[in-house]
Amino acid sequence: MIELHNICKTFRVARRGGGMKSAARALFHREYDTIQALDHISFTIQDGEMVGYIGPNGAGKSSSIKIMSGILTPDSGECVINGRIPWKQRKEHVREIGVVFGQRSQLWWDVPVIDSFELIRDIYSVEPSRYRKNLDTLASMLSLETILKTPARQLSLGQRMRCEIAASLLHDPKVLFLDEPTIGLDAVSKIAVRDFIKALNRERGTTVILTTHDMQDIEALTERILLIGKGQILLDGSLAELRQRRCGKRDITVSFSRTQASGLETFQNPPKGLSLRELLNGRAVWEAEMDSCPVSEAIAWLSTQVEVTDLSVSQPSAEELVVGLYREFGV
Amino acid sequence: MAVIRKYLSILRVRFTNGMQYRAAALAGIVTQFAWGFLYLLLYRAFYQSDAGAFPMDQQSLAAYIWLQQAFLALFAVWTLDNDIFELISSGNIAYELCRPCDLYSMLFFRTLGSRLARAALRCGPILLVAALLPAPYGMRLPASWAAAGLFVLSFCLGALVVAAFGMLIYISAFFTISPMGVRLIAVSLVDFLSGSIIPIPFFPKALQLIFSILPFGAMQNVPFRIYGGDLNGIEATVSILLQAFWLAVLIWIGRMMMKKALHRVVIQGG
Repeated sequence: MIELHNICKTFRVARRGGGMKSAARALFHREYDTIQALDHISFTIQDGEMVGYIGPNGAGKSSSIKIMSGILTPDSGECVINGRIPWKQRKEHVREIGVVFGQRSQLWWDVPVIDSFELIRDIYSVEPSRYRKNLDTLASMLSLETILKTPARQLSLGQRMRCEIAASLLHDPKVLFLDEPTIGLDAVSKIAVRDFIKALNRERGTTVILTTHDMQDIEALTERILLIGKGQILLDGSLAELRQRRCGKRDITVSFSRTQASGLETFQNPPKGLSLRELLNGRAVWEAEMDSCPVSEAIAWLSTQVEVTDLSVSQPSAEELVVGLYREFGV
Repeated sequence: MAVIRKYLSILRVRFTNGMQYRAAALAGIVTQFAWGFLYLLLYRAFYQSDAGAFPMDQQSLAAYIWLQQAFLALFAVWTLDNDIFELISSGNIAYELCRPCDLYSMLFFRTLGSRLARAALRCGPILLVAALLPAPYGMRLPASWAAAGLFVLSFCLGALVVAAFGMLIYISAFFTISPMGVRLIAVSLVDFLSGSIIPIPFFPKALQLIFSILPFGAMQNVPFRIYGGDLNGIEATVSILLQAFWLAVLIWIGRMMMKKALHRVVIQGG
C-alpha cells in the first residue's frame, strides 16, 4: 500500500535576466526563486491497483515519483510504502520497487543487454533459478529473445524500452513506477508495452503507477486517474467518473456543401447550449450541452442552416477530457 | 558474500565494457612507448652531464618510467571515467539511486573497473619490450622476494588511492554543473605533486619530504620506487602504512561529500 500525506517539496532556482548586464550582476549576487513543486500532496494507492498519474509538464509528476522511489527527500509530509519510508529505509524499500524512467537508460550502452540484466541480478541478489524463470517469462512476453545478445546502443527505441521494462522487473518488484514509458515509441511498440503492463498487473498483481502524456495509455491501462497540476492533486477518480463529469457534452461535426458561404454568418442565432468550436472549409465542429440543447434539437437546427452532407456525434475523447480538465483548473 | 559479489559484478561489467576499445588501446600503447623513450633520453642527458647529482640510479629510474607508462591508466588521476560524469550531469544517476546498493561503492568499483580494463589492454606490450631492453634502460625483476611482495602490496594500495582521489572529482560534479574546472585543476596539481611528471627524488630535499607525506605521494611514488629498490627497508614500510592511511582518509572524505551531495541533490531534467 502506498500512502502519501501532505507531501511538500520546494526547489530553489537561480534566476536572472538575459543579457550581459544581468549576467555580470549574477556573478556577485544571485537571485533565487522558490518553486513549490509539490504542495500538500495526499493520496492512497492499494496493492494491485493501476493508477495513471497525469498532469501537464512541470506539474510535479516526476518529483512525486522520485519521492516515492526514495531518490528525493520531501520538505515535509509523510510517505509510507509497504510500511517503509522510502528515503529513510532506502535500501530495503528499493528492493521491492521497480522504476522505469522513459527518458533515461539503465542499460549499459556498449555491452549486450544480457550483461546488463546479469548485473541487475547480482545487484538485487536474485536467486539464479528465480532469475532464469523471470528472464524466460519477460523475454517471451516482451519478445526479447533475439535482442538479448545485442549491445544496447544498437537497439531501436522500442526494443530498448522493452528491455528497460524487463530490467526493472527481474527482481519481482511489488510496485512498478513507470515514468513516461511510451515516450517516443511507435504505435506497434506502444501497444506491445501496454499489453505487457496490463498482463503484469493482472497476473502478478503488481501495483503500477504510470505517468504519461499519452491519453491512449491512460484509456487502455488505468482505471484510476490522479490529476496533478501546480503541485496539487486536482482530481482523483476513475476515467468513467471523469467522463460522467463532462458527459453532458457531445461533439457534433457537420460537413456541408462548399457552395454555401463558409463564414460565420451562415450560422445565425444558434439555440442555447450549442456553441461553435471550429469552422473550416465547409466543416464545423459544435459542442452541445445536452441539458439545454439535446442532440436532436441541435441537428434539426443545423439542417435548417446549411445543406448537411455528413454528420457525426461523438463523446469527447480522453484527450479532450484532460484538456478540458486542464482548462477547468487553470493549469 | 552477496554484498561483495554485487560490487564485483559492477567492476566486471565496466571491465568488459572497457575491453572492447581496441583502437584506443593501440593508440595508447604507441603513445606510452613514445613517452617512455623520450623520458629515458631526457634523463640519460642529465645523467651524462653530472652523474653525481643524479638522485636515483639509472636502472631503478628506468623501472619507474616503464611502470609509469605501462600502468598509466591505474596511476594517472586524469584517466577518469567520462561515463560517470555523464551519469551525474545527465541525471541517469537516478537509476543508480534506485538500487539497493551504496552509491559510493558502486561508483568506486565502476571507476576501478574502467581503470583496470584500460591498464590490462595497454600494459602487456610495454612490459614485454621494457623487459627486453638492454641495461640500464630496461626493467629488471625486483632485487628480492620481499621487495616484490612489498611492491605488489603497495601497487594495489597506490591504485586504490588514485581511484579514491578520482572519486572526489566525480562527486564534485554533483555540486557544479560542469566538472571541467575542478577536473583540470585537480589533475594538473596531482600530476605535479605525485611524481608523474618528475619522480619525487628529483625535487629539493624539503619539498621531497612534504610531497611524500601528502596523499599524492601515496600514489605511484611508493610502488614504483620500491620496485627499483630506490625505496627500501623501514622507509618502504612506513610509506606503505602512509598509503593505507591516505586511502582510508580519502574514502572517508568521499563518503562525507557524497552524503552531503545526495542530501541536496536535484536530479537534473525530467
